[in-house]
Amino acid sequence: MRALIEPILLAVVLTNFAVLGISRVTACVRMLAVQGALLGVLSIAVERPLSVHSVALGTGTVIVKALVLPWFLRWAMRETSVRREVEPVIGYMGSLLLGAVAAGLSFGVANRLPAVGSGQDAPVGLLVPVALVTLLCGLLVLITRSKAVTQVVGYLMLENGVYLFGLTLVERISFLVEVGVLLDVFVAVFIMGIVVFHINREFDSISAENLVELRES
Amino acid sequence: MTFEQASPLVALLLTLVLAPLVPGVATRTRAFLTGRRGSPVWQLYSDLWKLSRRGIVYARVTTTPFRLVPIVALAAAVVAALLVPLDGRTSVFAFAGDVVAFAYTLALARFVLVLGALDTGSSFEGMGASREVTFATLVEFALFLGLAALSVATRQLSLSGVAGEPLADRWMTAAPALVMVAAGLFVLLLAECSRSPVDDPTTHLELTMIHEVMILDHSGPDLGVILYASAVKLSVLSALLARVAWPVAHLEPAARLGTLAASLVLVGVLVGVVEASMARLKLPKVPLYIAGGAALSGLGLVLLLR
Repeated sequence: MRALIEPILLAVVLTNFAVLGISRVTACVRMLAVQGALLGVLSIAVERPLSVHSVALGTGTVIVKALVLPWFLRWAMRETSVRREVEPVIGYMGSLLLGAVAAGLSFGVANRLPAVGSGQDAPVGLLVPVALVTLLCGLLVLITRSKAVTQVVGYLMLENGVYLFGLTLVERISFLVEVGVLLDVFVAVFIMGIVVFHINREFDSISAENLVELRES
Repeated sequence: MTFEQASPLVALLLTLVLAPLVPGVATRTRAFLTGRRGSPVWQLYSDLWKLSRRGIVYARVTTTPFRLVPIVALAAAVVAALLVPLDGRTSVFAFAGDVVAFAYTLALARFVLVLGALDTGSSFEGMGASREVTFATLVEFALFLGLAALSVATRQLSLSGVAGEPLADRWMTAAPALVMVAAGLFVLLLAECSRSPVDDPTTHLELTMIHEVMILDHSGPDLGVILYASAVKLSVLSALLARVAWPVAHLEPAARLGTLAASLVLVGVLVGVVEASMARLKLPKVPLYIAGGAALSGLGLVLLLR
């Protein structure tokens, strides 16, 4: 299982890049689902003696991040009939290049961070930079895309980054905390979906730019 | 001279002879996957034979650059072939820094091709030239990222060091990074050799062509030489990709030559599969595609530098 960690982490980075470069929202959500599934497998692979906790956490992650949330986002997209991101603030090419720069920065910075977790060997050493990359890419999607659904995708990528950070401490953070975080995210996305739905009903579109004009009169 | 010493030369000859087969294999694979019979794999050999017996027509407006195109294109392709360790261990000609020479030999061929296209004054060819140059600037950056990653991985600055023996050891320690570099190289190979999804080699509409439109005015043996040169370029890049993805430096010379022929056919099949499974990208999407290739190589570089 240890040998799986490094390829999985690199695949996570590739899904980040894919979300940055793809204009079709459906494909973005699919990439997010793939990323969620990878994280689930990863959380099983990281722990050396296979325990009930890690298997349960992994299964829970796959169910929530790879099945339920993407399904929910797809529902929101169907209701609001959004197909593709129209005009991101930074173009796809630009955000892909920024993502590559973020990757370079993260790998550069991660070595200088004080070591988190104990017993660092090579694959776990890759965990911190990949978590940083995922965080930064999520942030980038969150702030540069105008459709609310894509922003939710960005938020979830951000959360995936935090989750990856959590995996470095998987022996110390208790199982309950992880599951609690998973539940939090689920509820947050649920609320976001409903908000998206209401924004759409109010403005006939889900471009978050319309919210600028919300003022008390 | 033992067979071991002669093997780079034999590999070069083998590549030059087999070169027209690679596009043939690609076309045949594509035809097979899309449910057609397709032209035979040796189609390009027949085309070249046919073209060699034709006369040449030069448009009255063309000048020297137009006539230089076939010569320079072929010479550049063969020089590039000299620098790549085709037999899996050493190239015919190697020096420190020939990585850069390799990239710019290919660029020289493209430069002359563009000059020749502009020389005709045809608006179609001008359009093709401008596209070719636009994409080439991006491909060059991405190619250098990939070559830099290989140089960093092996601490060598010559292609026969980069893709020869030292790389085989690095596959033990840095396999994921090298897989990314190889994938990036494949993405670039498709862009550099004007294959789908960047350019459609079988298109018949000048408005959508990139490479084909630049050689519209060439005829007879000139056209044949240009076609042959681009086939050589494709097989040299295929061989480089194969040497990166499949280091064979530890094998016997004869076995290495066998792997060369096998890898040329394999890359041809792979190109055909890509062509059958995806349509040509819209032109504004191509920079994004190349940036994806650059991101793959760049990530590989970052991983190797770590």
